[in-house]
Amino acid sequence: MSDRATMDSIARLVPEGSRVLDLGCGDGALMDLLRRERGCTGYGVEIDDANLLACARRGVDVLQLNLDEGLSMFTNGSFDVVLQIDTLQNLRNAETMLRETARVGKMGIVAFPNFAHWPNRLAILRGRMPVTKRLPYQWYDTPNIRVGTFKDFEVLATRNRLAILDAFGLQEGEEVRVLPNLRAGTAVFKFERG
Amino acid sequence: MTLIAEPKAMHFDTPLPLQSGASVRDYDLAYETYGTLNADRSNAVLICHALNASHHVAGAYAGQPGSEGWWDTMIGPGKPVDTDRFFVIGVNNLGSCFGSTGPMHVNPDTGKVYGADFPVVTVEDWVDAQARLLDALGIHQLAAVMGGSLGGMQALSWTLRHPQRVRHAAVIASAPNLTAENIAFNEVARRAIVTDPDFHGGHFYQHGVVPKRGLRIARMVGHITYLSDDVMNEKFGRQLREGLDIRYTTQDIEFQIESYLRYQGDKFSEYFDANTYLLITRALDYFDPARAFGGNLSKALAAATARFLLVSFTTDWRFSPKRSREIVKALLDNQRAVTYAEIDAPHGHDAFLLDDARYLSLVRAWFARIAGELGAAA
Repeated sequence: MSDRATMDSIARLVPEGSRVLDLGCGDGALMDLLRRERGCTGYGVEIDDANLLACARRGVDVLQLNLDEGLSMFTNGSFDVVLQIDTLQNLRNAETMLRETARVGKMGIVAFPNFAHWPNRLAILRGRMPVTKRLPYQWYDTPNIRVGTFKDFEVLATRNRLAILDAFGLQEGEEVRVLPNLRAGTAVFKFERG
Repeated sequence: MTLIAEPKAMHFDTPLPLQSGASVRDYDLAYETYGTLNADRSNAVLICHALNASHHVAGAYAGQPGSEGWWDTMIGPGKPVDTDRFFVIGVNNLGSCFGSTGPMHVNPDTGKVYGADFPVVTVEDWVDAQARLLDALGIHQLAAVMGGSLGGMQALSWTLRHPQRVRHAAVIASAPNLTAENIAFNEVARRAIVTDPDFHGGHFYQHGVVPKRGLRIARMVGHITYLSDDVMNEKFGRQLREGLDIRYTTQDIEFQIESYLRYQGDKFSEYFDANTYLLITRALDYFDPARAFGGNLSKALAAATARFLLVSFTTDWRFSPKRSREIVKALLDNQRAVTYAEIDAPHGHDAFLLDDARYLSLVRAWFARIAGELGAAA
């Protein structure tokens, strides 16, 4: 997910000079990009020691917190943008975290692997769980404990009264706006509290 | 190559006003420096010490093997706080028994040893004294201030009392104040000392004795709280001394852990001053920057402008991660730059002094960035 075209596509959704919280920021590459090229400030949140170190080496401020314990440390609307890029699918309390994202940020941006991408559908038709570049894990050892689809997220967002500002698929770094649920490996949503 | 450390002392004859309203005049601060101050005096790093430490933070004294400073894993040439790039200052706090003026010294007002009459000093007083040392060294602004435990409290206090003088602050295994449980441990330690028959109300020097029994117990209590249950079990478990069987005694040392604690207590009572121990634990109890803000730490930390590094250790129950997160939250509320690491180390509070690769790498990366800024500015 850290390829440049994908990161650029997500970065374009973040207004210049925003105060950003990047939940599950990985090695901090996206925060670094937002800081350098869009004049953003803020923090990454990360649990993994190696990623934490990578962030520190880049000079990205990072907080080592367990997202499954919630975002109680952050006050309402204290960030312009809260990012959850390839994070939601790893969280036990994904719905709570989605609501928390909308509480803490004036705007939320979520990206996750779209399980309804056609190669995944094909694998299921053949009777097997998909193993692809985007979903490279076997079903028994995947960190993705929440697999969902582009359409599923729309339903979840509505249920939680989130107003979707933009939604598209990403495939090989290209935005997919026609039939994204079928044609894109990644689903991207930009939303705010409705 | 081992860094050679040389203790120095700076004398101050202007009285230092203290939080209590008292003041001290004619005092010395013991300190050491490592590395070279750069031309624009921008690469100074101040190290604040914890309870039983001193100005001797790194390196060893010439011809004295085993005399490495207490944070020698962290500070030195090529180490996380790299003395090839930074001018590092270790300073001993006022009231200590390791060189700076303290209860063992003569009160210039009376011509007698201070003893229990040495004024109660606070974290803020120490910071103000350290600021004077920096003035004397010609350093207006620190590249960083750093400390663990009580030293972390001083580093935090620096960013509040002298915000314009601190660019970065590393607050490690520390807390915004002590919990009641922590104050309780300190009180047990203090009662052990003051009820020792050799204490003589703090004026034991003139009786030619030292309240060693009290110091031993104080240290034993403290030592237990610095370790985690897991590490203590791993190190000592329920092992009996010299593989002996249970002997049905109540006074003798039977378990290994008893032997270890007594050894630690004995060692401590040989070198630590009882009045200093009382003063330092009191300074710990009093520290609470939120106090002047109705307990609101976010309001208290609004004054800080430094970029922060906060580090806690998962098994540290005396200065738990929860307490560090309170500081982080208060900094976030003020939109300050902060990096926070919660190191999953088994050692308890003592982890901040030990050789943990994740912890040392992170501090190294954080300081490398500061060093990079220095290069860019030069």
